Amino acid sequence: MIYVNGQPTEIPDAPTIDDVLRSVDIDPATAGIAVAVDAEVARRGVWPTRTVPDGARVEIVRAVQGG
Amino acid sequence: MTAPLSIAGREFGSRLLLGTGGFDRLQTLGEAIGAAHCELVTVAMRRVDAAAPGSVLDVISECGVEVLPNTAGCFTARDAVLTAQLAREALHTDWVKLEVIGDERTLLPDAPELLLAAEQLVDDGFVVLPYTNDDPVLARRLEDAGCAVVMPLGSPIGSGMGIANPANLTLIVEQAGVPVILDAGVGTASDAALAMELGCDGVLCASAISRAADPVAMAEAIRHAIHAGVLARGAGRIARRTHARASSPPQGVAEFAE
Repeated sequence: MIYVNGQPTEIPDAPTIDDVLRSVDIDPATAGIAVAVDAEVARRGVWPTRTVPDGARVEIVRAVQGG
Repeated sequence: MTAPLSIAGREFGSRLLLGTGGFDRLQTLGEAIGAAHCELVTVAMRRVDAAAPGSVLDVISECGVEVLPNTAGCFTARDAVLTAQLAREALHTDWVKLEVIGDERTLLPDAPELLLAAEQLVDDGFVVLPYTNDDPVLARRLEDAGCAVVMPLGSPIGSGMGIANPANLTLIVEQAGVPVILDAGVGTASDAALAMELGCDGVLCASAISRAADPVAMAEAIRHAIHAGVLARGAGRIARRTHARASSPPQGVAEFAE
């Protein structure tokens, strides 16, 4: 189980960050998004290769109106 | 023309920074950006929501202005630093409007966490624009930590109560070696004018514009108010007096027949 933006999500086979993004219908090529895995920023360059461990908390954010 | 606003070695013709929060429609935001003549607009960072309509970044890009991410919603230095780092990744900017809030009801800054986050972000190479209390000591500590500006509140975020403590704001302005940008509390144009008359270098407005009955008209009004305030500051206001001082000559007053 991986927690994607707070939602428990089943993603089989040691997914990469790209796989996690696709599992929630986000194209990894989308501009203006950023990812943290377990409270650490994952640079875009590692998304295709870095695997996300079971139980990890993945936060995917983008800019919205504010402040 | 007035002098440009210089922040971290960059010059801005506009002294009005616009917060994008609170606009009902993105089209209105775009029109307000145009009316404000602003060059920096803030955004918040939130979880991706595939169902959310439109993109604030598209509007900002079409208007040709720069995005300034904030850390709104963060209550700890750790979360604020991480949010700033995510914003840097997402938006390719190392500028951040730092907010570390201590209390949901007042949205006042948490001073110890704010200072800690500022120190860490400066160390990490960020240009830090901290939203701070109207506390001259904290403002000095933030400047000493390497912040590019200090952004004291006039009154709580979204309150529209204007500048609650002009004496403290004056103290901050007098001591500051970096630009002072009034952040939060502006309710209408006269509040922005007063900030500039007190010596602030700029004003950041969100709710005062976005939640006005006519946001675009208010953006224009506040832009003019900031200009007027800068001119008035330069012109030098008269000293306040406790009693009247006639401006017409006391001599030569006609004496009429009984």
